Amino acid sequence: MRRALLVAVVVMLVALAGNVQANDWKKIRIGVEGAYPPFSYVEPNGELAGFDIDIAKALGEAMGAEVTLVAQDWDGIIPALLAKKYDAIIASMSITEERKKKVAFTNKYYKTPAKFICKKGLMTEFSKENMKGKVVGAQRATIHDRYLTDNYGNDVEIKRYGTQDEAYLDLTAGRVDMLIADSVALSDGFLKKPEGSDYQFIGPDLTDSKWFGDGAGIAVRKEDTALVDKLNQAIETIRSNGTYKAIQDKYFDFNVYGE
Amino acid sequence: MDISIILDNSSVYLEGLKNTILLVSVSLFIGLMFAVPLAILRNSDNPFYQMPVRAFIYFFRGTPLLVQMFLVYYGFGQFDFIKESFLWPLFKEAYFCALLAFTLNTCAYTTEIFRGAIKATPHGEIEAAMASGMSRALMLRRIILPSAFRRALPAYSNEIIFMLHGSSLASVITIIDITGAARIINSRYYSPYEAFLTAALLYMSLTFILVFLIKRLENRWFAHLQPQSESRPVIEAPP
Repeated sequence: MRRALLVAVVVMLVALAGNVQANDWKKIRIGVEGAYPPFSYVEPNGELAGFDIDIAKALGEAMGAEVTLVAQDWDGIIPALLAKKYDAIIASMSITEERKKKVAFTNKYYKTPAKFICKKGLMTEFSKENMKGKVVGAQRATIHDRYLTDNYGNDVEIKRYGTQDEAYLDLTAGRVDMLIADSVALSDGFLKKPEGSDYQFIGPDLTDSKWFGDGAGIAVRKEDTALVDKLNQAIETIRSNGTYKAIQDKYFDFNVYGE
Repeated sequence: MDISIILDNSSVYLEGLKNTILLVSVSLFIGLMFAVPLAILRNSDNPFYQMPVRAFIYFFRGTPLLVQMFLVYYGFGQFDFIKESFLWPLFKEAYFCALLAFTLNTCAYTTEIFRGAIKATPHGEIEAAMASGMSRALMLRRIILPSAFRRALPAYSNEIIFMLHGSSLASVITIIDITGAARIINSRYYSPYEAFLTAALLYMSLTFILVFLIKRLENRWFAHLQPQSESRPVIEAPP
């Protein structure tokens, strides 16, 4: 009896040690945001949904891994990855030099330009001159926040929000004059909805890679290079087997991957 | 640990410090001004005076400060009749919304603190005041309130410190207070440790200053309870 117990303990220890040594990424936890429609939002029944979410699930399937989604507020999303609360971030995160100092990125899984929106008739022509003294909102810790701070910091009053949804609330309440964000998020998440009918895009597509990076990628911890390779392969797989296209067509009527 | 991040951005923290101090001191001051008369009304036997105050306290102590702030900031912004009224220029400002929510919240707690302090006035003091022919107003001013303030001070000093710490919620509605500054720095450099440690140190310094000031006030107000230096027994060591 005692012997059987000893054997059982040894077997368990060996199994545990083996588990720690070789992480073959059969189970992967993915951090997502959940407040960035149409890429990531919470359904009325409480479940996460959106383009990012579907991509996360599809990638898990392509890797043969079991995916657990973890919802995390945006401004803590990189610190929580580094603190190992999850293993990868799929949250429309743009690949930028700043972020590369802290995390490793896969290749892009989509790329769309950034844009400003404002109330119809706020200004006849888009220019820095016309924007002087306006209140402009952006989501905190995004590339858009960064771009706004660097380029318009001295001319406009900047309001920073924890989520894009809060920024929309303040735009309709009239507390901010303009918002800057991803063009697709703005159009599908706000302009096409009834509350966004009085608002419009203004100014050019913003794509300068100094601020807007090389599209949205998946962030992982720098030491997990094997996971980067696996995810890159999985992106290839869903691109070629039609899964990506199916997900894209569910949300958009154009090519969201970019050229 | 990279202190240069903090030093390079000290102006952001300075602005945050200014906003925190302003928000907290103004809301505490206005809250206190309203709390004293409300506490007197709350102790009244007339239900017509007493019930509205009770309802006010019940609501603001019964709900979290964050929810109250969301109600004022996002909630009121939803109604067109508020957006079209003359009050909107005020409610449009995040600063005003935070100030309003903080003031009402601290006012409710402070009222309750003073209510207890007034209620606990020793009966002998009131009897003596009545016996010497004081009017109700004079009795309130000379006897009841001064003695109630003394009793309320320890509890109220807690409320001051809670309010300071509660004010960190202002950062949720776009205000750059100390916490808001830390969140900006954190998001720019992805260095939560440096950013929030600085905020923690700033809050701690403010708390120390407050505790020191309250201690001085206590020494003054409770001077009559201190042992007199002349009458302190001197024990001499045996030769």
